[in-house]
Amino acid sequence: MDQFLAQVLNGLQLGFVYALIAVGYTMIYGILKLINFAHGDVFMVGAFLAYFGFTAWHLPWPVAILVAMAVCSLLGVGIERLAYRPLRVKGAPKIAALITAIGVSFFIEYFSSLDFVFGPDYRLVPRVLPDQRWQLGGIVVTNVQVLVLATVLVLVALLQYIVYRTKVGKAMRAVAQDADAARLMGIDVDRVIAFTFALGSALAAAAGALFAMAYPQVHPFMGIMPGLKAFTAAVLGGIGSIPGALLGSLIMGQVEVLTAAYVTTDFRDAIAFSILILVLLFRPSGLLGKTEPEKV
Amino acid sequence: MRKKTALAVAAVALLYVVLFVMRQTGVIGIYWGQIMDLALITTISAVGLSLIYGFAGQFSLGHAGFYGIGAYVAAFVTRSLGGTEFNFLLALAAGAAAAGLIALLIGMPILRLRSDYLGIATLGFGIIVKVLLENADKLSPVLGGAQGMSGIPRLTTFSWVFWLAVLTILLARNLITSSHGRACVSVREDEVAADIMGVDTTRFKTLAFVLGCAMAGLAGGLYAHLYSFLHPNNFDFLKSFDVLLVVVLGGLGSLTGTVVTAIGWVFLLEVLRSVLGQQFLDWRGVVYAVILIVLMIARPQGLMGGKEFSLDRLLGRRAEKGGAQHGAAGMP
Repeated sequence: MDQFLAQVLNGLQLGFVYALIAVGYTMIYGILKLINFAHGDVFMVGAFLAYFGFTAWHLPWPVAILVAMAVCSLLGVGIERLAYRPLRVKGAPKIAALITAIGVSFFIEYFSSLDFVFGPDYRLVPRVLPDQRWQLGGIVVTNVQVLVLATVLVLVALLQYIVYRTKVGKAMRAVAQDADAARLMGIDVDRVIAFTFALGSALAAAAGALFAMAYPQVHPFMGIMPGLKAFTAAVLGGIGSIPGALLGSLIMGQVEVLTAAYVTTDFRDAIAFSILILVLLFRPSGLLGKTEPEKV
Repeated sequence: MRKKTALAVAAVALLYVVLFVMRQTGVIGIYWGQIMDLALITTISAVGLSLIYGFAGQFSLGHAGFYGIGAYVAAFVTRSLGGTEFNFLLALAAGAAAAGLIALLIGMPILRLRSDYLGIATLGFGIIVKVLLENADKLSPVLGGAQGMSGIPRLTTFSWVFWLAVLTILLARNLITSSHGRACVSVREDEVAADIMGVDTTRFKTLAFVLGCAMAGLAGGLYAHLYSFLHPNNFDFLKSFDVLLVVVLGGLGSLTGTVVTAIGWVFLLEVLRSVLGQQFLDWRGVVYAVILIVLMIARPQGLMGGKEFSLDRLLGRRAEKGGAQHGAAGMP
């Protein structure tokens, strides 16, 4: 039983990291209807910046995370400005934006692999927090786990506040609902989109930094799988919905950790994606997604 | 009409003879010959996805999974039965049939999903296939699992690839111009409207999906016997993106666009390798990504933008141009 609870805790930690990536995916999808494949790579850049903050730049770890978040939000805005906005201005089909997103993803990965950027190697992230564990009932909780859970909860609460309680959040929801109507109401749609990218990318960077602390290794292609799984989690929960992204991420984290612990590590990804397909078959727009009526 | 068909047949046969002679005499060396074979194999697979996504509008991100199924099944057949020409034919048929059959089984439930949801479900399927291939050695040690499958007889020759590519393109062209093909296009344009007009949308979606995946399976079989080594990493979801971007860059709903882009893209990547040289090899991925982004922003509708390249139009334009030139030449 204690063993099981320990695994659930591990799953919670992984799920929470996925959640930070997934909310970014889901916000951008909600507004642009675009699967921003480069989002996983923003996560990677965040992890690397945090790594350099911990090591080469000798920053205190909270500052390192904030620096990573700030730089990545600029990166997110830059990607939107250079790659996606030109297509939007042209009124290009959705698929063109998707292929461009794949191109941006490749670009970040290969550019980061160059020697004068991050280099192609795996790097070990040094421990920034002293090793501390607490006995809680029968299970052992580490300070890294507490840090991950607390940071994610705070950030998600902050996000919830921004989206539902501020003016810019209201504008974001308006653009997601109907971009043209929002523009007619005097909302600067491009600025709202840029803000969404900044917000989502900052969260992805925070996820990257936490990931680097919890699973201490970084490399230029590390964003592919977590990015894909976070996106899958967002779809599982119902894309466009922030609570859905959280729910989906928690399920993904648990499925992944529990199948690895109790069933088999070999088929871990296969089981996670089988569940996705099954859920989609019974709830085609995800667990918390709204089923849109077919318009003719 | 008949004259045009004869002309097309003659052109294809001439192309074959010229390329074949160049390959035999060494004008095209072994290295570039292999690239040419790979380009044609990619064409077969891309034509399959063109049917699924370009014409029937079903967004699939799992094409490499079916390519992999075809490759492994075909390789398994020749490894177990021996590498004769007849067994090769059998293996290719088995690979295509296996991919098609699995596409039918998986397609019947998941083709109900729409656009991005279908994309993610097929992407998930592709990842499941890769995981299964990584563990395939538990089923039969011959398949090699995560070590990769080796010792596949090298039976893929230029003639096989060329004529199978021609056959695939012909099959796709005939489907598109038939009433079945029009039904598929109507599903792409507006599924609800197509349904109301009495098109059995499920049937045509499944038809395009199964046929397209079988083509991927055929291409996989040829690929397996070209390089004689298979690894699950050759069939991960990034490979599905490769095919997708060929289809989109070529222009959705343009068969000739798909064919030209598939061949052009494979050669472009190889040219990049030789142009950049050894010390800039790291830059290859960066240049590839930049070309992709720039092409997409410059021509979001793809190379052909849904139009077909036709001999008639080309000849028509040439004739006009020729006339104009004559006129210009006659002026002074």
